[in-house]
Amino acid sequence: MSGHSHADGVLPHEPEKATLEGRNKVLGFWLFLGGETVLFGTLFSVFIALRDQVNGGPTANELFSLTVVAIATLILLTSSLTSVFAIQAMHRNQPKAMVGWLLVTILFGLAFLGLEIYEFVEYAHEGHTFAASAFSTSFYSLVGFHGGHVAFGILWISLLIWQVLRRGLTVVTAPKVYIAGLYWHFIDVVWVFIFTVVYLMGKVG
Amino acid sequence: MAHGSHAVKRYTGIMNWLTTVDHKKIGILYLLAGGFFFLIGGLEAVLIRIQLWKPLNDFVSPDTFNQLITMHGTTMIFLAVMPVIFGLMNCIVPLQIGARDVAFPFLNALGFWTFFFGGVLLNVSWFLGGAPDAGWTSYVPLASTAFSDGPGVDYYVLGLQISGIGSLLGGINFLVTVINMRAPGMSFMRMPMFTWASFVTSMLILLAFPALTVGLVALMFDRIFDGNFFDPSAGGNIMLWEHIFWIFGHPEVYILILPAFGIISEVVTTFSRKRLFGYSSMVFATVLIGFLGFMVWAHHMFTSGLGPVANALFSIATMLIAVPTGIKVFNWLFTLWGGSIKFTAPMLFAVGFIPTFVMGGVTGVMLAAAPADYQYHDSYFVVAHFHYTIVGGLVSGLFAGVHYWWPKIFGRKLNETLGKMTFWFFIIGFHMTFLIQHFLGLLGMPRRIFTYLDGLGFNEMNLISTIGAMLMGIGVICFVINVIVTSAKPKHATNDPWEDGRTLEWAIASPAPEYNFAQLPLIRGYDAYWKEKREGNKEMQPAEPLGPIHMPSPSILPFIMSVGLFISGFGFIFHQYVVAGIGLAITLGCMFLRSVIEDHGYHIEPEEIQAKGV
Repeated sequence: MSGHSHADGVLPHEPEKATLEGRNKVLGFWLFLGGETVLFGTLFSVFIALRDQVNGGPTANELFSLTVVAIATLILLTSSLTSVFAIQAMHRNQPKAMVGWLLVTILFGLAFLGLEIYEFVEYAHEGHTFAASAFSTSFYSLVGFHGGHVAFGILWISLLIWQVLRRGLTVVTAPKVYIAGLYWHFIDVVWVFIFTVVYLMGKVG
Repeated sequence: MAHGSHAVKRYTGIMNWLTTVDHKKIGILYLLAGGFFFLIGGLEAVLIRIQLWKPLNDFVSPDTFNQLITMHGTTMIFLAVMPVIFGLMNCIVPLQIGARDVAFPFLNALGFWTFFFGGVLLNVSWFLGGAPDAGWTSYVPLASTAFSDGPGVDYYVLGLQISGIGSLLGGINFLVTVINMRAPGMSFMRMPMFTWASFVTSMLILLAFPALTVGLVALMFDRIFDGNFFDPSAGGNIMLWEHIFWIFGHPEVYILILPAFGIISEVVTTFSRKRLFGYSSMVFATVLIGFLGFMVWAHHMFTSGLGPVANALFSIATMLIAVPTGIKVFNWLFTLWGGSIKFTAPMLFAVGFIPTFVMGGVTGVMLAAAPADYQYHDSYFVVAHFHYTIVGGLVSGLFAGVHYWWPKIFGRKLNETLGKMTFWFFIIGFHMTFLIQHFLGLLGMPRRIFTYLDGLGFNEMNLISTIGAMLMGIGVICFVINVIVTSAKPKHATNDPWEDGRTLEWAIASPAPEYNFAQLPLIRGYDAYWKEKREGNKEMQPAEPLGPIHMPSPSILPFIMSVGLFISGFGFIFHQYVVAGIGLAITLGCMFLRSVIEDHGYHIEPEEIQAKGV
C-alpha cells in the first residue's frame, strides 16, 4: 500500500491514517485498549475486594511511602507529555525530533520502573511478599501487571525508534509510533487510578 | 505497474495451510479443528451417558467421570462451538459486507493457531498427568491445590488462557473489519443479520474475555506461585472466583447464541423467499441482548447468599432478556408466515431451532425466578435448560449454517437426504435426551454425580436419556458420512446454489476466489443481491474499475508463535520455568520479527483476474 500513498515522496499530514492498514491499526488498537480496560477493571475490583485482608502482615497505611510514589507518578505523567511531543513532531514530519522525544519518554519509563522495583524490594524486606496475604497477592498482581505493561512499552518503543532510524518515517512506521503513543497514554491513565485506589486510599481508607 | 509486483513465496501442500492468512482458508481450518474437538466432546458426552444409563454403574471410575464432565463442557464451549462460529464468521462475514479480506489477516491466522494449540494443550492432559476435574466452571476451593493437587486444573488454566488469546484477537479483527471495510453503500442498517450478530458477538468477546484472562491468571498464581486470591486462610475469597468467572461466563453464552440467531435469520429468509420481517427490530434486539448480557451474571449465584436485593435485581434483569429474544422469535415466525417455504436440510434445522430454543428460553425464565432457583439449582433441570439453549439452540443453528454455506465454502453442496437424516436423528435424539432431564431434575437428581442408587425413580428416565444421546450420535455420524461423501464429488456448485440467495456472498463464485471480489460491489439496498436480481441484473454492479488487487503475504510466524506459547504452557504446568521462558522467548522473538521484517504483500494484476474468467 505504501507504494501508492507516498509515491511522490511527501508524507501526508496524518501519516498514521493515510492508508487503510493504518486506519485499521489505529481503530483496532483503540478496541484493544477497551479490552485492556476490562482487564485492569477486573484487577482493580479484585484488589478492592481483598485490600484489607492483610493476614497479620503490614497494612497499606504502614507500608506505603507517598513520597516515592508521588515522584514515580510525576515521572510517568511527564513521560505522557513527552510522548505527545513525539506525536506532534511526527505530524510536523520531523523524525529526528520525534525520535528524541521518544527517547526521553522511554528514559522516564525506565526511571519509573526503577523506582517501582526499588519499592517492591523494600516491601518484600518488610514481609510484604507475594504469598504473604490476599492483600499482597492482589497488590503485586495489579501493580505488577501495570509495571509489566510499562516494561513492554519500553521495549516496544525502543524497537520502533530503531525502525524509524533505519527506514525513516513512512506510512508504515507512522501508525506503529502512533499506537505506541496511545498505549503509553493508556498505561499512564491506569497509573492515575492505581495512585488513587491503591496508594491514596491505602493511606486514608 | 509502477510499484512492481513484489516477489512472493507461494506455498503448496501442508505449508499452504500452515502459512495461510486467507480468511476463507482460516475459516476452513477453524471448521475442521472445531469439528474435530466437537467429535471429542461428543464422545465424552456418550461416555457420560453410558455411565449413567443404570443405577450403580461402574463403567468409569468417579475420578474419570469428573474428568469427563469437565472436559466435555470445556471442550464443547471453548474448542468446538466457538471455533465453528469463528469458522463461519471468517468464511462469510467479509463476503457479506463486500470486503476483500479481514482487517488483520496475520492476527487472524495467529488467532486460529493460538486457539488450536490451547485446545491441544488442554487435551493432552488425558495422557500426561490427568485431565482437569473441577467442572467447566472450575470453582474454587475445589480447583485449588488443596483439593486438586494434580496438574489437571493447571492444564485448564493455561490451555484456556492460550486459546483465549485467539478469541480476543478474533473479536478485535471482526470489529475493525465490519467498521472499516464495508463496500461502498453497505451502511450498518443494510448489513445482513449474520454480520450484525457477528459484530455484536465480537464486541461481547472483546469486553468479556479479559475478565476470564484475569480469573485464569489469578487461579494460576494461586496454584503455581502460592498466591492467596482464593485462599480464605490467608484472607482470600472464594466468591471472587464465581463473580469473575460469571462476569465472563454469562456474556459468553450470548457470544455463543447470537451468531446462531444470525444464521437462523439468514436461513429462514432465504428459504421463505421473503424479506426478513422487522429487520431493524432484529438489529435492535441483537444489540439489546448483547447489552443486557453483561447485567445478569449473578443469576448463576442465586443460592450463594448474595441477599434478597441483589437476587431481585439480577432476577428482573434476567427476565428482561426474554423481551428482545421474544422479538426475534416472533420476527422469524412472521418471516415464515405466508412465505413460499422450501424445506431443505438447513431450513429443517432452522425450523427445528425455533421451538427448541423457545423451550430453553422458557426454562431460562423459570430459573431466573430466584426463589424457585433454590429448588432447581445444581439439579438436572439446569442441565436440561442449558442444553436446550446451547445444543437444541446453538448447535442446531450451527448445523443450519454449515449446511447452508457449505457450497459457498467448499464449492460442493452437501447431500440433502443425508442432511435431512442428520436433522431427524439429531432433533429426536436431542429431545429424548434432554426433555426428560427436566423431570429428573425436578425429582431431585443432582447434576455432576457419577452414579445414583436404585429405587429413586431415576432409572427409566436415565435409560431413555442415554438412548436419546445415542440417536444424537447417529445424527452426527450421518453428518460425518455426508461430509466424506460430498468431498468425493466434483466441485460443481454455482454462485447461488440455493437459487434464492439474498446477500452478497451468493453473488460471487463458489468457493470465492482468493480476492473475493474482482471489483468491489456497489450496495444499493438491504438484501443487496436480491435487489439486483429483482431488477433483472445477474450480478452486482461494480463500484470501482478493474485494477491490481493488493494481497497479504503468507507467513509461518503465527504458527511458530503459538508453538512457543504451547511450550511455555507446558513449562508452567510442570514448574519448569526455563522451558516456560524459552517458549515465551520464541513467541516474543516472532513478534520482533513480525515488527521489523518489511512485507508489503503482493498484487494480483487485472490480466490474472481476467484469465480466471471472473
